[in-house]
Amino acid sequence: MKSAVLVFPGINRERDMARALKLASGQEAAMVWHADTALPDGTDLVVVPGGFSYGDYLRCGAIAARAPVMDAVRKFAADGGLVLGVCNGFQILCEAGLLPGVLMRNSRLKFICKDVHLRVERSDTPFTRGYNAGQVIRVPVAHGEGNYEADEETVKRLEGEGRVLYRYCSAEGVVDEESNINGAAESIAGIVNERGNVLGMMPHPENHVEDIMGCTDGRGLFAGLAAHLEKAA
Amino acid sequence: MKARVTVTLKSGILDPQGKAIEGALKSLGVDGVASVRQGKVFDIELSGADRAKAEAALKDAADKLLANTVIENYRVELL
Repeated sequence: MKSAVLVFPGINRERDMARALKLASGQEAAMVWHADTALPDGTDLVVVPGGFSYGDYLRCGAIAARAPVMDAVRKFAADGGLVLGVCNGFQILCEAGLLPGVLMRNSRLKFICKDVHLRVERSDTPFTRGYNAGQVIRVPVAHGEGNYEADEETVKRLEGEGRVLYRYCSAEGVVDEESNINGAAESIAGIVNERGNVLGMMPHPENHVEDIMGCTDGRGLFAGLAAHLEKAA
Repeated sequence: MKARVTVTLKSGILDPQGKAIEGALKSLGVDGVASVRQGKVFDIELSGADRAKAEAALKDAADKLLANTVIENYRVELL
């Protein structure tokens, strides 16, 4: 698995991400600077990590989404390459038009930094094949603007096409208002694009991959990606 | 030439920041506030003098960056 982690000014989770990718695949991820205009040859996974690119100026992810490297990412995605965006990365992918909708201010206005439970909605995608459908995983979130919103028709399409891969839920896997930490439409925590090769999610699976972190529930996502790409290669 | 681009949330989009401001105004005892919606204002200085060109450039700027047209409307004014 040859992964490339994008680095924008103000991003702060790129090393956590690179570490998780290495753990899953045994291969070092390439760190790609925002001003670069090309991805390394042979890249098969692009990761847009979390943080506060450009200080969240204008709108979260808005400026990063227009950085030079994003043209290469758009082309990579259009050619079917796998793209994963986490937290600020999800916001960037929405702003870049690679995913529909937008991440709004959390409905209860507070920055939320804690572990949450996610229900994995299906297991037949490169981004979820390391889990079972319906499995509940525990991963951290750390965001002020993770309230996923899109127009009614888009949300209906996401649901109808099975494009919601991760949903906020209780420890028992029940999706309800209380577990919907940020007020997201339909408790959406992660979605894929129409083609299924671009995933954006607010929670941080890369921060639950080693025993020292107290939980390894995030491993499945990376292990699944590694297995998928190994099979494809 | 001076211009102003005003970006506002589309109606129906939840605006928790506006709601918080509305609550604060009410608790300050400011009378008659029915609701508050927060937006953004960009004051832009343009180098050319052609108004039609300026307007087109500002619309381009708003569509490409200043506004997220999924949730926001914008208004361009040449001052």
